[in-house]
Amino acid sequence: MDIDKDLVAASATPLILAIVAEGDTYGYAILKRVTELSGGQLQWTDGMLYPVLHRLERLGHIEGRWGASEIGRRRKYYGITQSGRAALANQRQQWQAVDAALRNIWFEIWSPRRRAPARAPSYS
Amino acid sequence: MTQPDTINPLDAPIGQWREYLRRRRTIQSGDVDELEDHLRGHIAALVGAGLAADEAFLVAIKRMGAQDAIANEFAREHSDRLWKQLIVGPEGAEAKRDAAGRREAFVVFGLAAAAALAFKVPALFGIGMYEDPEVMFHLRNVSLIVFPILTGYFVWKRGVDRRLWVWLAASFGVAAVFANGMLICVISECRPLFPFAAGASTEPLLILHLPIALWLIVGIAYAGGRWNDTAVRMNFIRFSGELFIYYVLMALGGGLVTALTAGMFQAIGVSPETLLAEWLVPCGAVGAVLVGAWLVEAKQSVIENMAPVLTRLFTPVFTATLIVFLGTMAWRGGIDIEREVLIVFDALLGLVLALFLYSISARDPAATSGPFDFVLVALLVSALLADTVALAAISGRISEFGFTPNRLAVLGFNLVLLVNLAWSAWLYVEFVRGRRTFAAVERWQTGYLPVYAAWATVVVVVFPPLFGFA
Repeated sequence: MDIDKDLVAASATPLILAIVAEGDTYGYAILKRVTELSGGQLQWTDGMLYPVLHRLERLGHIEGRWGASEIGRRRKYYGITQSGRAALANQRQQWQAVDAALRNIWFEIWSPRRRAPARAPSYS
Repeated sequence: MTQPDTINPLDAPIGQWREYLRRRRTIQSGDVDELEDHLRGHIAALVGAGLAADEAFLVAIKRMGAQDAIANEFAREHSDRLWKQLIVGPEGAEAKRDAAGRREAFVVFGLAAAAALAFKVPALFGIGMYEDPEVMFHLRNVSLIVFPILTGYFVWKRGVDRRLWVWLAASFGVAAVFANGMLICVISECRPLFPFAAGASTEPLLILHLPIALWLIVGIAYAGGRWNDTAVRMNFIRFSGELFIYYVLMALGGGLVTALTAGMFQAIGVSPETLLAEWLVPCGAVGAVLVGAWLVEAKQSVIENMAPVLTRLFTPVFTATLIVFLGTMAWRGGIDIEREVLIVFDALLGLVLALFLYSISARDPAATSGPFDFVLVALLVSALLADTVALAAISGRISEFGFTPNRLAVLGFNLVLLVNLAWSAWLYVEFVRGRRTFAAVERWQTGYLPVYAAWATVVVVVFPPLFGFA
């Protein structure tokens, strides 16, 4: 299943913020975590992650610092900031609202005691 | 287990991938490092899962996305970088180049401070800046202070060999002797350093012509020993135009700072006159030459040159003005020449020369002639016509007026420019008709540079004694 491009883009910010909030991490690890969390359904083009990270860094939601990987390669680590936590909480509320609305309608459409589908209103 | 060794064969292709990515303006080397870390991490994971290194590389590259797409995403997030390129200094995190850029900045600001202080040295000997003969002393010597230091900058930067820079230094020494009448004060009686009579007209002439003569020495240092190369001379012409524009911009900024400082000090009831007139303005004006030169050097490959842009705008406008002028003159039946009017035509020819020079400096030599070339020809021809009429009108009466130093200098400069523009017009017509290459025009212009310096040297060296320092 391919997830719509706009949806991928919209969910990128809360996902990244949440993953970074779990603990300091770096680009490749974030992608691995996304794959893990979505069971492989959410596929990003790897290169596109970084402009998003840089945007969040510019907004002050995350903080980057250069460190080294286990084998000594230059690596940029990101950690969440106070404003990042606030943004994450805000995003979470928004997504929960969307999720709740969708849940309700899914339930009404596919529940066993399903009503007859509404007819298109006529303006005669 | 994945050993770093197993990835090593990929260093070459990854290096290449880095190189391509690095060429995008919006992706900086820190970003490339970050992406490379990602790529290598992914490759290591794939190799760990059993893929061969080269397969892993291909998969990881594919997952990374097309470079164009990545660059576009980076551009959206970092659109400022398209502008920030204009920040001074060799861009890029290559530590070595950064260090070199910083060192150059230190050298330049050191030289600028040295120039500013050198300009204040006469004050130590009681030669103030604003008393009557002394202001002329400063004006006479300002190019003798700034240009040697600017030359020193290029000697340092280009690594000019010793034989050449000894010659350059000697030329400045000789110029200093002539500009201050040191020889004449040995032979006859006059105040050392102040050989000119009060109100002497040869003194302002010297002040105007000495920088033109000395600019050639700066050019030789700029060329770093390749002065005979047409391309290098052309670069020097470009450099001169850009430096002029930067200097004007810095002067505007300096004027603003000065006005603001004056206002602030007056608000607290302190007169800032000494601070501004004795220090800020002269030191800034002198130091700005060095800083401007450095900016032009640092930015030459980064910013579009401004001089050609301005010439593109003004060449058609000025050509139209000249044609209207010629038409008006023909309709009124010639010009009623005033004696000092020739200086206006000097300015006209100077401007036309500048427009022409900076138009050709930005031209692709290989391109065939286009509409703009016809505008240039029209500009040259109408300027020549206007000047010829003016010269003809004045030459009949020049003996009647008598030869003063001013008239001789103005006439000489007019002829120097006229010869250049006449031959340029001829060469350019030939070029537009496809009979000559564009290189001939460039060769003529760059070959002519020493002529200006030669005429300026004549005015500096010959005029004062010829007219008795009056």
